[in-house]
Order: sequence, then structure tokens, then C-alpha cells
Amino acid sequence: MLSTESLKKIDKEIAKYPADQKQSAVMSALAIAQTEKGWLSSETMDFVANYLDMPPIAVYEVATFYNMYNLKPVGQYKITVCTNLPCALSGGNDAANYLKQKLGIGFNETSADGRFTLKEGECMGACGDAPVLLVNNKRMCSFMSNEQIDRLLEELKK
Amino acid sequence: MTQHTQVILAGIDFADPDTWRLTNYLKRGGYKALRKIFSEKISPEVVIDEVKKSALRGRGGAGFPTGLKWSFMPRQYEGEKYLVCNSDEGEPGTFKDRDIMRFNPHILIEGMLIAAYAMGIRTGYNYVHGEIWDVYERMEEAVEEARSAGFLGNNILGSNFSFQLYNHHGYGAYICGEETALLESIEGKKGQPRFKPPFPANFGLYGKPTTINNTETFASVPWIILNGGEKYLELGKPNNGGTKIFSVSGHVNKPGNYEVPMGTPFAELLELAGGMRGGRKLKGCIPGGSSMPILPGEVMMNTNMDYDSIAKAGSMLGSGAVIIMDETTCMVKALERLAYFYYEESCGQCTPCREGTGWLYRIINRIEHGKGRQEDLDLLDNLADNIQGRTICALGDAAAMPVRAMLKHFRDEFAYHIEYKKCMV
Amino acid sequence: MINIEINGKQLEVPKGSTVMDAAKQLGIYIPHFCYHKKLSIAANCRMCLVQIEKAPKPLPACATPATEGMKIFTHSDQAVLAQKGVMEFLLINHPLDCPICDQGGECQLQDLAVGYGESASRYQEAKRVVTNKNLGPLISTDMTRCIHCTRCVRFGQEIAGIMELGMSGRGEHSEILSFVGKTVDSELSGNVIDLCPVGALVSKPFRYSARTWELSRRKSISPHCGLGSNLIVQVKQNRVMRILPRENEEINECWLSDKDRFSYEGLNSEDRLSKPMIKRNNQWITCDWQEALLFVVQNLKACVSQYGGRAIGALGSPHSTLEELYLLQKLVRGLGSNNIDHRLRQSDFRADNYQQGIPWLGMPIAEVSNLKSILIIGSNLRKDHPLLALRVRQAVKSGAQLSIVNSTDDDLLTKVAQRAIVAPSELVRTLAQILKAIIEYRYVEIADKIKETLTKVNVTDVTRAIANNLVSNQPAGIFLGNLSQHHPNYSEIFLLAQEIAKVTSAKLGVFGEAANSVGAYVAGAIPNRKLGNLTTNGEEVGLNAIQMLNAEAVSACKAYILVNLEPEYDTYNPQSALERIKGAEFVVSLSSYKGNITDYADVILPIAPFTETSGTFINTEGRVQSFNGVVSPLAEARPAWKVLRVLANLLELKGFDYETSEQVCTELLSDYGNVADHLNNRINEFTVNLNEANVNGIERIGEVNIYQSDPIVRRASSLQLTRDAHYPRAIISPSLMEKLGLRVGDKITIKQGVGESQLEVEQSESIPDNCIRIASAFNQTATLGGMFGEVSVKRM
Repeated sequence: MLSTESLKKIDKEIAKYPADQKQSAVMSALAIAQTEKGWLSSETMDFVANYLDMPPIAVYEVATFYNMYNLKPVGQYKITVCTNLPCALSGGNDAANYLKQKLGIGFNETSADGRFTLKEGECMGACGDAPVLLVNNKRMCSFMSNEQIDRLLEELKK
Repeated sequence: MTQHTQVILAGIDFADPDTWRLTNYLKRGGYKALRKIFSEKISPEVVIDEVKKSALRGRGGAGFPTGLKWSFMPRQYEGEKYLVCNSDEGEPGTFKDRDIMRFNPHILIEGMLIAAYAMGIRTGYNYVHGEIWDVYERMEEAVEEARSAGFLGNNILGSNFSFQLYNHHGYGAYICGEETALLESIEGKKGQPRFKPPFPANFGLYGKPTTINNTETFASVPWIILNGGEKYLELGKPNNGGTKIFSVSGHVNKPGNYEVPMGTPFAELLELAGGMRGGRKLKGCIPGGSSMPILPGEVMMNTNMDYDSIAKAGSMLGSGAVIIMDETTCMVKALERLAYFYYEESCGQCTPCREGTGWLYRIINRIEHGKGRQEDLDLLDNLADNIQGRTICALGDAAAMPVRAMLKHFRDEFAYHIEYKKCMV
Repeated sequence: MINIEINGKQLEVPKGSTVMDAAKQLGIYIPHFCYHKKLSIAANCRMCLVQIEKAPKPLPACATPATEGMKIFTHSDQAVLAQKGVMEFLLINHPLDCPICDQGGECQLQDLAVGYGESASRYQEAKRVVTNKNLGPLISTDMTRCIHCTRCVRFGQEIAGIMELGMSGRGEHSEILSFVGKTVDSELSGNVIDLCPVGALVSKPFRYSARTWELSRRKSISPHCGLGSNLIVQVKQNRVMRILPRENEEINECWLSDKDRFSYEGLNSEDRLSKPMIKRNNQWITCDWQEALLFVVQNLKACVSQYGGRAIGALGSPHSTLEELYLLQKLVRGLGSNNIDHRLRQSDFRADNYQQGIPWLGMPIAEVSNLKSILIIGSNLRKDHPLLALRVRQAVKSGAQLSIVNSTDDDLLTKVAQRAIVAPSELVRTLAQILKAIIEYRYVEIADKIKETLTKVNVTDVTRAIANNLVSNQPAGIFLGNLSQHHPNYSEIFLLAQEIAKVTSAKLGVFGEAANSVGAYVAGAIPNRKLGNLTTNGEEVGLNAIQMLNAEAVSACKAYILVNLEPEYDTYNPQSALERIKGAEFVVSLSSYKGNITDYADVILPIAPFTETSGTFINTEGRVQSFNGVVSPLAEARPAWKVLRVLANLLELKGFDYETSEQVCTELLSDYGNVADHLNNRINEFTVNLNEANVNGIERIGEVNIYQSDPIVRRASSLQLTRDAHYPRAIISPSLMEKLGLRVGDKITIKQGVGESQLEVEQSESIPDNCIRIASAFNQTATLGGMFGEVSVKRM
């Protein structure tokens, strides 16, 4: 169900916790699974549940509680823009609007070519760098002026 | 401008991509405090005493005296105990812990080592905010560096003290910044805060005695051990010891982190941050992160940046996140965005917060979109009353306080919005 | 103890009490939703906020520990303001559909809204709508009504032992649900209906069938498993509409198994008999009671005069009442026969020669929760005794070490310290190993007869660990489950279990299979009344169930009286039972249902199920529980005790002048004295032959599925839709699958004795090698032989 590489990574996470607390690795296991699969299908969550000896519903609770998990398929690049107040005061909304216009999609939509999904994000803890956005949860881009956004999209389209 | 002593960010070369590495930390005097403890055989009790003397208060937002918290840990407890670092920095306006971990991760590790030594703890977890993935990876590298160099693991530096540290990442939930929600999250559950009592010192991670401190709190500890608690206290003011990193965001020329002594006048901090953007007038400021009550500009300009002064002015120092709003800011829109945040981030456990945050947001959203009614303002105030102090954790309070403060200081602007269906500004 | 004050009243409470506990002690009601005395404290509804002196804000009574000198105000302005505030929040998204909500009339939210809610709402925004979930055939959902108290989630985690429901999402978007596409399959699932304080989780079978205030509440006792759970039966227009738990801390606490709760649907089954029926010239006709009874009398008399009384055999169900079984045996004995038994699925009766009293649980039910070490031998515990499984779970939660010796490794939903999963033919040997390990460890003396047997076994790591568990953790309990009782070597299992108990100071218990398994002994529904500690008048020992039904028996019965059973489902070996019964000259069946009875009986007398008669059950701990009928009998059905009385009168037998069932009970128990004095699991030693158990081919592991165990539950239509009621399959271990070249889903023919059955193959790691698990009590498997023994397999 998951690649051996992913399983190795999950095992490394499991090792961080006491032997009888495998469940502690569920957040990282889901993140690793999502990196491999792009999103968390119920089959994937069921697999993770089995792997960690958890009830599947407990995995589902976690997957739906933390908002960086994708419970539906997303585009190749999920771009999450912070529009919270401190960012909004420094152009967060402008960046979001510019992205909407450039990609021709709104929040929670995926571009027709399946390349981009746009999401509205909450505080990323980087308000000093506003506007900020995240690409696929892991790459944070700071000071995203329109020019910077152009450059980023160019790079991602390659 | 006066050159202030810095405790956490001192000596960092922000331009050097390797400034965070162990070699550079050692050059800056890193792990000296830990070595001092071993070489001078300083007892755990003395370490806690020093921290008590420093008047260091929790930098995560609640401002609880750190030394006192450490003394709550049952010393004679036989089983496993845990040390947890709260690096789940998600309070809008706050971004200091990110920079500590980005530029000086080893100071956090050293601080946790000292804390673990003082409380007789062998295992620690550092919970890193999910959105700053690069910082999580950096922490993983830094922990690995410390482990290879013998600063983490068994019999550290040849002593009989052993400590393991692991990083745990979040994945998008503000509530996990609440300490018991964070513990639940490490346990692999939803981040739903626990009712207290029991407190983590008795029933924490996996039900074991646990101490949780903020990143900045831990990072302040090596300096205290090296220079003494009293010295640290003297950097700030009585009951408000030391320096504090303020995250300044919003309408300023140079948003960023500024480590200054407690008690620094707000005006000086504003100047450090490059002053108001476009030279505009300061309309309002949230001095401690989005959950704290907003203060009008003129009040802020006469306030100093420490726990007691800000409390006296009618707000709270919180996490030290200073959100600056100039005269072009529409307070209805600002509050709408904050209300949306709490509505989105409520964990859904307690009734008043789960149901109340959505209600608050919907009313403010109506006002913002020209569909407000004058009686909405009293209703908002009353709902905030019904949420505040009625929930398991402080998120209910965090959602209510901004509403009440906005209505207190900017009620006219809301009334104008309702009557004319447009912004005053 | 701690001194506190509530609303100005002083009181003393134990240390560790919460404010809620303390208020209860004074009889002060604090409104609440999420709090439940049997569940962990969630403190999430916030309805129980109270004022506490010196506290800056109101605190939840359910979670706040009482401390010395605490002053609490449950109805002060501050408290009521907080409670009203919470109530408003609870109501803003709750639909105003009380008129069509099944919970209406018994809804905590509705009741409290009357006291704490306002008449108009300040909420003018859009209300939340939540999609309903399919949780299976028993629980119906209206999730928009959910107030997120999480009682149902905690019940699964903490009581049922399996988390099937959870709360997904967060904030206002939180929803109670099961994992994608899954139903709730726990055998205790119905309890969430009771726990749900609103109409979010309601009973699917009951849905929209009545308003709660139209229902009368009547007390009764469950006729299914050995516990005798206390029931509230709710009745409308002489029809049982619903069954709820009646709280009894010592038996079922506040819970019910789904079997106890939903079986009532079987009471209203279309298969119910409304009139007597007789077979004349191979034609079945309905007739009146007079005709039917005279027909029975005529035939029984003919049989007695032709073959003697001993030609009559009587089989009564352990689900029948004390009074019914008493009159049945009295009637049969009156006719000169001691051929009576209720142990319909037992196959080994050799222990009858050694037993000292009535087998029982060996301790009060509640004591099971306090054991520190438990060994369960041969039991599908969760399915056979759902609420005893719950007690075992409680014990394990508070530190008990649980060991299992069984032929299937089913998930008990609790931590099992040690398990020996062996073929049925290895069970005796395994117990011998445990006994040997203890003796090696403790050097205690045991009877020579047994000592010699032990020289022939070698202790394994697992059996040594089980022995250690029993020795090192006290108090300990050892229990024999249904599989043990059905096993062809029940005598040896019983004896070795007793010896293990003796040398470990553990208590030995037998899980009563049915509601009246103990009562049936007391009633004398046994071939040897000595077994029930009854006066025997020197009478000879009659035939037991297996002898009466064994097709190869020489001394066969010529006439059978069957009470409340279906031999094709309720006996150890349906193949031979049917052959024997079909071959009899005369068969009368007293039954509530028609079923297949016309295939083998000559006359059917319609009798009332437990809801339509008064009676008594004596449960597995020896508790005598009498109950009244809650509705009058359907059509012309009559209580079996009355039918037997009239029959005896017509047979001109003496001493059948009862006017009420209470008179029957009194007659029986007044001489008998205290039931507890006759309960005894002691069995005299005999030589155990380990080789007896040898089986050469593939062994069958027989079992009775949870919803096939008695005539009522077999007709409970909703329970029959659950996963537990799945049609029977041949469940085989992976290695045997490979050996036989089978794949999952293959159809195979199982041959046993003279019959065969076509079944689908299912693979399971929980079965020992060389075994096939095949349930009995199904149409599909009624053609097979005994529940254990050799079977052969052919691929179709």
C-alpha cells in the first residue's frame, strides 16, 4: 500500500515514541503517506490504522482535524496563502487575489490542467514575511509580491 | 539608539546560512552553561533557584513564572517524566520561535537539556508548528548534530545525566499551541485540550508528569545559568525579568523580530521596526498576539513593553506579537478576519466555543457586508460574555476578548458600518 | 473525607469526589449532557457550570474535584446565567423538529430547554445541517440533532472496547461518524441509543413506530444469555414496541446487549403460532385447544400403555422458565419417565456421575470485575455473554491478567496476557499442561488419578505463563464457556479446571449458557434429580439429552415432548436429533413459533414467550428473578405452565392444581430452600484419559452464533441483518487452506456423519491448523452432525 521508502520513514518516526505508543506517529505517518500519494484516501487511512494498530476511525479523526491533510485529491501543487490579519495588513489578500486571477481559480479549486490547487491558510507563524504562502505544505515562500508570485508559478510550471 | 544586551539572538549572523550550526553555536559560547553545570556540579535545586531568581516568565503567552513551574514536577517520581517544548507557534502575529529555531536551534536544545537536568527528566519532545516544515527539518538536523557531538543521548559529556530529544511536527491546528491539546497531539490524537486539573505536572504526556515550556522560555535558560538569575532579572524590570523577542507585524516599515529588554517603551520598539509605514498614524495595536485585546494607538504610545505595564493599559503581553494597524485599517474587517480565524480553529469540543465562534463570525460578517443591525453590537458583547470563561481552554477567551475590546474602543466605527453599510475609513 | 458546602448545606464527601458526585449525594440536580457516571469525564457540554466561591469563573461540576471548605452554588445567579448561556448555544444549531423526533418526551435537551431555554431565539443566522450516517440495521441517525457530547464515542472506547464512532473535523464542522462506509458492529452498540441525550442516535427498529408517552413501562427479565439482564419492556396496545435496560448494578449495570435489546422483534414475528395444530392423515390442520390437548393425551397414554413410561422423552429449553420446566419434569415423571433434560447442546454427560451440585458462575457477576487473574476456557465470550465480556474488560482495565484457552482466537477487545489457541482435541491436554506447570511450581499434592495423567504431558511456554498468571495474581477466576460445555470431553475439561482452581486458590465458574441454565437444574429438568440436589425418591436415572437424541441408541424413545426448542438448531447433533425425532411414534411440540415443526411433530401447542407469561429465571450467579407477563398472549397462545398443568390434569396426574405460576414457584422453592446452598462446581476426581480426544481427520469447531441461539432471537429481523448474523461459512486457517488447495470464496462440501453441507470458504488466522469452524443453528448446517468431531472436505 505504501512504498518501502515511506514505511522506513514511518518506522523512524515510530522509534521516537515509547514502544506502546505507536499511535504517536500517526500525524507523521499520514504526512508521509500524503507525500507519497498526494492525498489520503480511505484505503490509505485504513492502511495507516493497521500499521499503527489504531482503530480506523481514530486515524480519520486525526486526518480531518489537522487541516494540512488532503482528504480529496489536489493538484500537483497545492498553494496555501495566509490571509490572516497580520498578513492581510501586509498584502496577504492581494497575493491571494493575484493568484486567483493568474490561475483562474478560487479557493479550494483546482486548475483545469490539474496543476494547481489554491487554499486559504491560517497563521503560519511567519507574519513578518508577509505575504507568505506554502507550496505542498512543505515549502514556505516569503514576501510574495506579484513579481515573486510570477516567478514561482513560472518555476512550478516547468 | 541604545544597544541592548541580547540573550537569545546575540551574535547571530543572519546573513550566514550556517549560523545555526553547532560549530557556530559553540563559537558563540554554546553549551557552556551545560558544561558549567557539570564542571561546577551545580545541583538541580540550584538550577531551579537561579531560574526563579531570574523572574523568567513563560514566553508562550500565559506568562507563568518558569522556575515555579519547574518546582511543581514531582522530584521523587520513579517512572518516566517528560519535557515538552511548545514550538507550535500559530498565534497570529507571532513568529519569534521560528527564528529562534531557524537561526539558533542549539540554544533551545541546551535550554531543554538544562531544564531536563533540573527536573530529572530523560525524554523530551519539541512540537514544531506544521506549517514551518523547513524549520522542523532544521531542528531534526540540529538534534542529530547534538546527538553526534554527545550533547544528547546517554551520559552526556561524561556525566550520569542522559536525555533524549525528539521533534514532533504539527499539521495545521492552532489549538495545539494550547499545552494539553499539544500533549494529546503528541499522543496521536486530535488536539483537543484537556480539562485541568489534573495539571500536566501530575498527568501529562502519556499520563506521566510533564513540564511544557515555550521555545523562547527554554532559549533564555542557558544565559541565566551562565550569568546568574539576578543578572537576567536586572536586564528587565522587577517581576518582568530579562529580554523579550517581540514580533512586530502589520503597518510598519521593517516587520520582524526584535529582542529588547522587558519594559522597553513601545515607541522605541516601533522605531526599531522602522516606524509606521508611509508615515501614517497608529490607529490601534494588538500588543500580545491576536487573542489579546486591542489598544488604541494613543494608549500604546504611552506604554512600556512588559507584562505589568501592558496589563495596566488594558491588554496582555501574551506571546509578544505586536500587530500594528494604521489609520487606514477598517476595524470591522480586521475583527471579521480574526473572528473567522477562531471559528476555523475552534476544536469543537466545548459548546460555547464550538457554537459561539461561528455565531460571532456570522454576525461580524453580516456587519462587514452591510447587513448589520444596531442590536448586533449588544448581542456580540453578550455572546462574548457567554463564551469567555466558560470553556475548557483559553480559545474561547481568545475568541471573545478581541470582540469585546474592539467594541470597547471602536464601537462607533461598528455602528457607522451598520448604519451606512460601508467603512468609516 | 472532605467537608464542603452546597447551596448552604454542609456535607462530607469522600476524597476524590467531584462537585457533581457531592451534589448527587444531597439529591441536588445539576443539569448536564456529556457527564455519565459510567464514562470518563469529558466536561465538554459545559451545561453543569456552577459557581464556586473564590473561583474567578463558573466551573463544570462534573470535572471539578471537591476540596476542603469549598462552597458551591448550583443555582446562584452566576451559575444559572452560565447554564442559560450554554443552553442557548446548544439550541442555536439544534433543529426544531421535536414533533417528529423519536427522542421527544425522553430528551434531556428538550427537558432542560424547558427550564433553561428562552421562548425565542436570538440566533438569526443559517442553521447547520449535518448529513445522516448509515451505522447499520440497529441505529438510526439524525446527526443535525447531535450536540457533540461524545458519550457514544467514549462508550465505544471505554465500555464496548472498540472505537467504532469518532468525532471528525473540528469546531462547528465536527461530526460524529464511523470510519468511511463502516457500520457499527459491536454486540453492545444499542447502548449508544440510551446514552445519546438527544435524538441523534435512535433505535432503527423502533423508529417512528410510537411516541414515548404512549408506551407503558413494564419490568421483565431477559430470557437470552445466562445473566438475566433486567429489562423495561415498553408496550403499546398489547404489543411489545421496545426494550430498554432496567438498571441493576449487580447484573447488567445500566447496559444491555443488542441481543437483549432488539430480540423483541422476534416476539412479533409472523411465524408466531396463533392456534394449536394437529396432523391428521398427514394433513396439518388448526384446531381448538380441547381437540389438541385430547389428541396429546390420547397418544401419550397409548405410548405409555404400549411401551411403558420410559418410552417418553422430554426436552425443555434452558430459556424456558423455572415453572415451565418444573411442570414439564413433573408431568413426565408422573408418566413414569425420568427422560428429561435441558442441556440440549451438551455432548458429554459423564461428569453427571461426579458432579456435587448445580454448576454456576462460582461468584456473583459483579465480582468478575474485581478479579486480578482470569482464565477463560472454551468460550466465545463476547458473543455468548456480551455483558460478562464487559466485566472481564473492566477487570483487565484495572490490572487483571487475562488468559485464554480456546479453539478460536477471537478479538476480546481487551488485553489478553496469554492465549493458548488449540484444536478442540487438544483442549484437555492443554489444561493438563497448565495444571502440571502449577504443580511443578508449587509442589502441591493432587489426587493420584490425575497425577498420573500429568506425567504424559509436557509444559509449554504459554501454558507455563498461564499458570504463572493464576498463581501470581489473586483473586483469580477460572471459567468454562459454552465451547467447553458443548465439548465431547466436557468432563475432563471440568475436572482439570477444578484441579487448576484448587491448586491456585482460584474460584471455578461455569458460564450459564441460557437465562435459566441454573434454574433448569433447580426445576429438576434433568434425568437425575440428584444433580439439582433434589430428593430423588430412589428413582432410576433417566436418559440425558444426548441419549434421547442419539440415533444409534438402543433404548430409543417412542414419544417426545419438546418445549420451546427447535431440535435442528438447538441440539448438539441436529442430524441424529432429527432422525430420532422423526422416527418417533408421537411428537408434541410446545412452541411459540411454527418454524419447521410440521416436518417432525404430530401436534403443536402454541405457547407464550416470556413477555406473555409470568415466570422465574435463575441466572448464572444463582439469583432468582421472577417477572410478570407484560402483554396478554397472542391470539390463542397460552403460557406453557398452564398448558402443562391442563395436560397433566387431562392425564389424570396428581398434584397439578395450580392457579398461578407463583404457586408453582412456591411449591418448588419452599422445600428447596436457598438456591445458593445448592450451587456447587465441585466434581469428584476420576482418571483422565488423554488419548480419548484423538481425532485423525479435520476437526470441526462448532459454535452457536450470537443471533442464532434461541427461537426468539432467530426471528429478530433487525439483528438478523447485522454482520454477526452472517450466513455460516467454513472458516479455515491459512495453512489448511493451502493444504486443501482452497481459495477464499471457494464453495466446498463438508461431510459429517451421514449429511453434508455446501459452504463458502473464509480464511482466518484465528483458527488452529487442521480445524474448520462451522456454526450450527443455521438451516445450512442443520444437515451436519455434532458440533465437534471429524469432518471431511470436498471442493465443489
